[in-house]
Amino acid sequence: MDTLNFFVKNHGQILQLTLEHLWLVGSAMLLAIGAGLPVGVLLTRRRALSQPVLGVANVLQTIPSLALFGFLLPAPWLGERADRLAITALTLYALLPVIRNTYTGILGVDPGVREAARGMGMTDRQVLLQVELPLAMGVILAGVRVATVTTVGVATIAAAIGAGGLGEFIFRGVAMVDNRVILAGAIPAALLALLMDQLIGLLERKLTYAQ
Amino acid sequence: MSEAPESVIEFRNVSCRAANAHLLLSDLTLSVRRGETLVLLGRSGSGKTTTLKLINRLLEPSAGTIQIDGISTLEWDAIRLRRRIGYVIQDAGLFPHFTVERNVGLVPQMEKWAPEKIHARVCEMLELVGLPPAQFLSRFPRELSGGQRQRVGVARALAGDPPVLLMDEPFGALDPLTRAEIQREFQGLQQRLNKTIVFVTHDMREALLLGTRIALLEAGKLVGVYTPAEFLKASDPLAAAYVAAFRAGDGNVNL
Repeated sequence: MDTLNFFVKNHGQILQLTLEHLWLVGSAMLLAIGAGLPVGVLLTRRRALSQPVLGVANVLQTIPSLALFGFLLPAPWLGERADRLAITALTLYALLPVIRNTYTGILGVDPGVREAARGMGMTDRQVLLQVELPLAMGVILAGVRVATVTTVGVATIAAAIGAGGLGEFIFRGVAMVDNRVILAGAIPAALLALLMDQLIGLLERKLTYAQ
Repeated sequence: MSEAPESVIEFRNVSCRAANAHLLLSDLTLSVRRGETLVLLGRSGSGKTTTLKLINRLLEPSAGTIQIDGISTLEWDAIRLRRRIGYVIQDAGLFPHFTVERNVGLVPQMEKWAPEKIHARVCEMLELVGLPPAQFLSRFPRELSGGQRQRVGVARALAGDPPVLLMDEPFGALDPLTRAEIQREFQGLQQRLNKTIVFVTHDMREALLLGTRIALLEAGKLVGVYTPAEFLKASDPLAAAYVAAFRAGDGNVNL
């Protein structure tokens, strides 16, 4: 009851921090897809690069998030604004699942289908856009989904460097030893993750041809 | 005009190496005449699929030249070349996310035909391979039987009206009854369409049934080229072995 009252009383701030959170996650995901998709496609064309590139992306993911935010802090342009920095770090985290799933999704396309496409006189671009990407879409979106849900969680840490978002409540609540405040950050973050998961799942079913 | 049948595809001393330097095909000289069905017969690894892919430049020769209509495949624009050559592979290679209509209409669509013309052509092709358009146009490949998929594969290869058709074990994955049925229909098509066809198979019966001539390949080398009648009497030990195996398998029927 107490928690509910707190939620009602602070609904304005909860909404504002949720929007900030969405801004962090949304920008990071757009950047990660914008960079990860072409890189994933490139790796299928230059297979020798796949080991080193996936390796680097893998290592990036193992860096603890708080440490990564800290590392980036002294960077010249990035360090100027906390949200800029947070979005960069979140993008780096989201890259691996997007790159890896694009790569494996395209390599998983039936070689017979790809060969028929080339044999019929499709250009490389047509093979990619009309055959490989549509057929790999289910796997690619699964990667985007995992990355998005993870990013919603990791983005709460961004509050530690003053980038805002729902982490504000969580850190404040921890400091004040007040569960109501922690929950005011944790519950909307969890709901946001579930919502994203559902939305991308829906998109996945829409865009994937039925098996 | 000339008495000698004109050759459409001409292999001159062609060799082809795989990326790992393994020799797939060595010193092949062979010509395919206009309107004939040349069967490439051989076991797996004999180089028959390599030979086929050299024609539409899915592979390039490491030595020698392949000429299509007198022009080396390397001088052709690969995309233009492939659109003039129909290609049918085992399991059809249909695009699983396209309807039958889009699959069959693909080459005309890439060649920017008008939509009505594409639609009419697709219907015509489906009729040709015995699939009523009204029933099949909007189906997806997964909603077809193996035989129907292979028919769609043939319709798709013919849609752009290519003068040359390449077929890589097109009926190999079908059950014996369906295969016999579709082979008979294909025989009818050959006579009506007058295409130059190169047909890869390891099935002797299919080779004898569909081939104008049979090129026998073994370990990347051409053993000989025979008409079906010549093949049955050939003195070459390998050809004789094929015939013996064929007769043994069919012995209890009528040979």
